[in-house]
Amino acid sequence: MIEMHDVWKTYPDGTHALRGVNIKVHKNEFVYVVGPSGAGKSTFMKLMYREEMPTKGQIFLDNFNLGRLKQRKIPYVRRNIGVIFQDYRLLQKLTVFENVAFAMEVIEAPKKLIKKRAMEVLELVNLQDKLSNYPTQLSGGEQQRVSIARAIVNNPSVIIADEPTGNLDPETSWGIMRILEEINFRGATIVMATHNKEIVNTLRKRVIAIEKGIIVRDELRGEYGYED
Amino acid sequence: MKIRTFVRHIREGVKSVFRNGWMTVASISAMSVSLLILGLFMMLAINVNQFAQHLESQVEIRVFLKVNTAEEDVSRMEFDLESMPAVKNVTFVSKQQALSYLRTVFKDDQSFLDGLEGENNPLNESFTVEVKEPRDVSTVAKAIENWDQQEPKPIIERLRWGQGTVEELFRWTEIIRNVGLVFVGLLGLTSMFLIANTIKLTIIARRREISIMKLVGATNSFIRWPFFIEGIFLGVIGSMIPASALIYGYYRLTQSEQFQHFLGFVQLVDWQTIAYPLGGLLLVIGLVIGAWGSIFSVRKFLKV
Ligand SMILES: Nc1ncnc2c1ncn2[C@@H]1O[C@H](COP(=O)(O)OP(=O)(O)O)[C@@H](O)[C@H]1O
Ligand SMILES: [Mg+2]
Repeated sequence: MIEMHDVWKTYPDGTHALRGVNIKVHKNEFVYVVGPSGAGKSTFMKLMYREEMPTKGQIFLDNFNLGRLKQRKIPYVRRNIGVIFQDYRLLQKLTVFENVAFAMEVIEAPKKLIKKRAMEVLELVNLQDKLSNYPTQLSGGEQQRVSIARAIVNNPSVIIADEPTGNLDPETSWGIMRILEEINFRGATIVMATHNKEIVNTLRKRVIAIEKGIIVRDELRGEYGYED
Repeated sequence: MKIRTFVRHIREGVKSVFRNGWMTVASISAMSVSLLILGLFMMLAINVNQFAQHLESQVEIRVFLKVNTAEEDVSRMEFDLESMPAVKNVTFVSKQQALSYLRTVFKDDQSFLDGLEGENNPLNESFTVEVKEPRDVSTVAKAIENWDQQEPKPIIERLRWGQGTVEELFRWTEIIRNVGLVFVGLLGLTSMFLIANTIKLTIIARRREISIMKLVGATNSFIRWPFFIEGIFLGVIGSMIPASALIYGYYRLTQSEQFQHFLGFVQLVDWQTIAYPLGGLLLVIGLVIGAWGSIFSVRKFLKV
């Protein structure tokens, strides 16, 4: 499903974010990405949906070579990926409902379906009372949940979640994990960066640990492995 | 693109006009101010042009005939003049008419004209020839003179068409027209640049939004359409405000007796004559700049 071959990423300012990453994530896998902050987790994930391009190496997603992809095809590849952004990335001028609906308008879904489905996922993340609020009127945790709702609304085959529970209280965090497990159970591949030791150690999955841009550990039923 | 998507783009474009508060105000102001200046200059240019045309149309040829020219020669001359393709109108002025004209000119002291009636009238009979193209006046006058001289018995005593002065007049009206054209052109370009730049600024402010849309899977055209619609709306509003202001102001001006008094014999172009071309032109400029400005400025940020 996702493959990286000797991937290096150096940002224009000279920061070496990734240094020779090789990885293979299979279809329907659930992978935690752990490591100290600044280790390169976000960069690792940004390369998967082509927000960033590797300085060196090749990345395949669903058999598409992301480096060779034509500009025109990129949107269609991205539609199969639901991204939960660490910094939420909500459209500030749209309401909660409109932000989620936008992802469906992009794929030209019928209006009625958009309404039904957007309501459904917003209820799932418990935001049904904030439909017409704007992002600036929401707490960090609420914005994070909008980002989650938007990522899952189109039932993508891959979910890339960058610290999706970073701003949530434990109870809500477990709620989100239930949703992700459910989606994973229905066949989606999930890559999730996290600092949540409890979750990683309780819901045991594959764990990839990155430090200073290098994969230092890759275990099938791994542990968090850091003292936070 | 599905119809519902197109409807969505229009809806979003219009909403965007209102959502982007100060940016909309900035774009519309920039456009209104530039187009107001452009329109003002155009009105001036149209009037100067009409005035130049008016001066030019006053140009005519007077053909004075020799005294005691036979009546059939006069009619033949009239027929010949009228059949010239470059000639618009020929009017015969008899001795009697010439005298009456002098009486109106010297109406306060016309005693010296007494006794010149009938047989004693020393004035020449003449033709007033109006040409279709004022610019041809010299050529036509010389042609008339030429073919009369080739007749066995020439009947023209002299021609008058403001030799020298006419050429000078045309030289000036030409200069005024060209300067006007260059000014309108320069102003047009400047306003285009100014407006496009403002629209660009408003779009740079939205580059974050654009990149988010792309990351969520939107195609370039999906992102572009609402901007395009928005640009068109800005264009319509930003050009109709100055157009209505200018046309209304001009209407009031043409109705003002004081202003007409100030202008003297210069006649203003009707406000109706100016309204349509001015409104139409400003609208077209507004639309083109609005649409082009938005499309062009978005382009850079789509490569996400
Ligand atoms: N756009 C960028 N430009 C320059 N340096 C960056 C950029 N994004 C991240 N970095 C740097 O790259 C390194 C890895 O960052 P990141 O992938 O965000 O780590 P993590 O998500 O594990 O905290 C850090 O040193 C960070 O400062
Ligand atoms: Mg990060």
